[in-house]
Amino acid sequence: MTEHTNPEGKERIGVYVCHCGTNIAGMVDVEDVATWAARELADRGVVIARDYKFMCSSLGQELIEQDIKEEGLTRVVVAACSPHLHEATFRKACANAGLNPYLCELVSIREQVSWVHTDKVAATEKSKAVLSGGVERVIHHEPLEPLHVPIHPATLVVGGGIAGIQAAIEVADAGYPVYLVEREPSIGGHMSQFDKTFPTLDCSACILTPKMVTAGTHPHIKLFSYSEVTNVDGYVGNFTVTIRKKARHVNEELCTGCGICQEKCPKKVIDDVYEAGLGYRKAVYTPFPQAVPKFPVIDVPNCIYFQKGTCKACEKFCPTNAIDFQQEDEYVTVQVGNIILATGFDLFDPRVVSQYGYGRLANVFTSLEFERLTNAAGPTNGEIVLRDGVTKPTSVGILHCVGSRDRNYNNYCSVICCMQSLKFAHLVHERTGATVYNFYIDMRTAYKEYDEFYQRVLEEGTLFVRGKVAEVTDAARLPQEEGKLIIQVEDTLASVQRRIPVDMVVLSAAMVPRHDAHEVAQLFGISCSSNGWFIEKHPKLDPVATMTEGIFIAGCVQGPKDIPSSVAQGAAASARVLGRIQQGEIALEPVRATVDESKCSGCRICNNLCPYNAILFHEDRMVTEINPALCQGCGTCVAACPAGAISGTCFSNEQIFAQIEGLMRVNFQHEKLAEMA
Amino acid sequence: MSANGKPKFAMYWAASCGGCEIAVLNTGEKILDVDANFDVVFWPVAMDAKYKDVEAMPDKSILLTLFNGGIRNQENEAMAHLLRRKSQILVAFGSCACEGCIPGLANLSTTEQIFDAVYDSITTDNPQNYRPQYQTKVPEGDIHIPKFYPVLRTLDQVIDVDYYMPGCPPESHQIAEVIDLVIQVIHGQASLPPAGSVIGAGNSTVCDECPRQRNVKTIKGFQRIQDIAELDPDLCLLEQGIPCNGPATRSGCGALCPQAGAQCIGCYGPAEGVVDYGARLMSAFASVIDSNDPAEIEQILDQLPDPAGQFYRFNLAGSLLRAAKPVWKQ
Repeated sequence: MTEHTNPEGKERIGVYVCHCGTNIAGMVDVEDVATWAARELADRGVVIARDYKFMCSSLGQELIEQDIKEEGLTRVVVAACSPHLHEATFRKACANAGLNPYLCELVSIREQVSWVHTDKVAATEKSKAVLSGGVERVIHHEPLEPLHVPIHPATLVVGGGIAGIQAAIEVADAGYPVYLVEREPSIGGHMSQFDKTFPTLDCSACILTPKMVTAGTHPHIKLFSYSEVTNVDGYVGNFTVTIRKKARHVNEELCTGCGICQEKCPKKVIDDVYEAGLGYRKAVYTPFPQAVPKFPVIDVPNCIYFQKGTCKACEKFCPTNAIDFQQEDEYVTVQVGNIILATGFDLFDPRVVSQYGYGRLANVFTSLEFERLTNAAGPTNGEIVLRDGVTKPTSVGILHCVGSRDRNYNNYCSVICCMQSLKFAHLVHERTGATVYNFYIDMRTAYKEYDEFYQRVLEEGTLFVRGKVAEVTDAARLPQEEGKLIIQVEDTLASVQRRIPVDMVVLSAAMVPRHDAHEVAQLFGISCSSNGWFIEKHPKLDPVATMTEGIFIAGCVQGPKDIPSSVAQGAAASARVLGRIQQGEIALEPVRATVDESKCSGCRICNNLCPYNAILFHEDRMVTEINPALCQGCGTCVAACPAGAISGTCFSNEQIFAQIEGLMRVNFQHEKLAEMA
Repeated sequence: MSANGKPKFAMYWAASCGGCEIAVLNTGEKILDVDANFDVVFWPVAMDAKYKDVEAMPDKSILLTLFNGGIRNQENEAMAHLLRRKSQILVAFGSCACEGCIPGLANLSTTEQIFDAVYDSITTDNPQNYRPQYQTKVPEGDIHIPKFYPVLRTLDQVIDVDYYMPGCPPESHQIAEVIDLVIQVIHGQASLPPAGSVIGAGNSTVCDECPRQRNVKTIKGFQRIQDIAELDPDLCLLEQGIPCNGPATRSGCGALCPQAGAQCIGCYGPAEGVVDYGARLMSAFASVIDSNDPAEIEQILDQLPDPAGQFYRFNLAGSLLRAAKPVWKQ
């Protein structure tokens, strides 16, 4: 073993070993680790080693601060939980005592030791080893200063559903400019398609439309409907965003939203988006009468003029000459400091669950189709009828968990389906008096007044069958099944197979990530989970931030959720953004990769690797540079650079090799014991 | 100083091929400068001398020793220690001395496997099955040959080295420049670089000297150069799927191979500060493979038939691992 040298020969290192209650102390002899460090690592510069019940408590932090002042510590090593959790805490404690916060090293003996081992002797030995590694490493730490970047006061909100609308209004109400970008011709999102909302049965339009109008008319909100973000450059505080305004073929300056063009347009088109395929719209249309903005769009592939060269009915009848067939896509570039992504969800396509017959059996409906059926402004004016448009069902079966909680499709729970299905049951009762069956696996009615609603639906007489439906078929076996849809299910409470004939089947389909979620994530430089939901910075403590500074998420883009949670997340994201804007500038972690230009040969191996688009290549000088404000210090380029020209602050070769040698310094006693045995 | 007032010069070869000596001679008339400025006291390939002559020299009496070759056996090691003692400036000259080079690839094989390859293979005519014996009895007594070590070591794994001059062999123009520098130092016109430096080479990588056009790299597969019908004369070889080691290899050669349409094989060794050449290069290649499908990635990697030869041809003995596990276990 090579002899270690403490480079300055004068670092005074303090070691703090945390019990974390019994989280660590239950599996690691923390007192032994501390006394061992004081004894065995003294030659490495450890002058004091303590153990304490909760290092992260204010008393624990004060212990460190006091030692820095009284013992003149120049380095601090805390053996506790993962740096993800409390690195910031202990760095702050160091800073409070006047020590540069980056001279503190956190060693994880909880997530990487106590929680994953079952042998106390071995776990204690391992704790010593990783602690020794941390001590060797901290010697090579350098004092660092955070980077300060100014925050542009404007905010981009992507997605005009309820989460995005809420976020936009909150930021705008605080007096800061917002750009709200929506892909569809109108904001409103999925919520605008619903009739009633659970559990209170408020009319969805009644509570949503005022918010849409506020967003559409707010002096601080610039609305880009029928638009998409095509490019994002820059970094937290200073994003440059390119927005493509798709050609509406309607001049927004002139249009009054009178609707004459829609009346006169001779071309009827099945509305697959807003009406979920159950209704019609014209080739020039607003998705619904309360649309915000009120300006229609011309659907080019379906417009007779665009396809055949004649018609122009809309143009002839428009009283303000607002129709513009020449209009082209427009690209707008805006500067923003923060971005909130609220791009929502898609509905799971139940066609793939072929045994449920959707797309094959006429009277099998998706949940979104059923929402349109029940909507007073929908294709049937709120009449619940079969696909023929007239017949009222006398019995309805509602299937939960279609495409969710099913390892063939999605393992996750889609959260809203139980409550949505109960709402459907209630509406069927109320409007048709039909017999209603709900087929569920588990009834999940957490949150305020949800279970009360369940009790109410139970009392209304809805029949509940606990079991996953095996099949929906029209193949009758008995006379009473003729002309019906038969639901084949194992009733797991009664332990019997049932065949239940009904007129109508509603599939409570799962929420799934948007079909282009991965592309959107890449565009904004954030990560998707394996399912495709965007990943939050911390599932509990930072649910609306992402690992990319300045990019926030709200609503179903993060995972399935109901309206109250989406609204709460929209507001939470805006609060985070407003906090940022108020600060005026943001301090960025100085853990960054840097290129030594004299060593860089411009081989361009690293150029395509950065998940944060922080790498730029200078063609003129043939060298690569890393934008320090964009870099998140992930180390991908550092590992890839074949010339060793890129180094990562806090992860230098010296630090890593010192840490490895520190680990090797410890003789694993338990190995010897095992050999002796 | 010698009687003629000139400083003394020595050059020695340990486990090497002799190419380094040829490269020195290939400096052309520059070799006359060596003779004009130095008293060549020991250079087995060029002049007759005995080890005992070197042993008889006072310590530190040789100003400059160029030592090429790795440490394969007892004799190599003894000479390394001897020349270290007798020399003021000792240069690890060439890839073998710096990082083990081709002889270092034997570190993948045990001594027995090496001897089998040499004394008992299909190309060997050895009916009596002779094997090297460390000790042999003859009527005059016991005689010894140098012990063969299980692991080939680089020069600085055995003795302290003042400077490193990479290359297999070092390019003649680089040797000429180093000779010029040392002569200037002798005449007080220049000073020596800091101890431990790499001399006679660049600070960047081969790509820096390569005129081929480079783009953002994405590799869909690797091909052997002889399997390509028509090579793009201007485009980066790596981008054409040829596993070129240029991105990881220290500059200084003038990118001769890539310019001639052959991939860099890495003879100038790792760039400044790189601890493990092969690991760096593997990580770099892996980073630009354009696939997320594990099966396809496997298939692309299988197109590199000899990973050790690809990534560690020159650097195995000088790498972090140095030798294969069975070799260490001997």
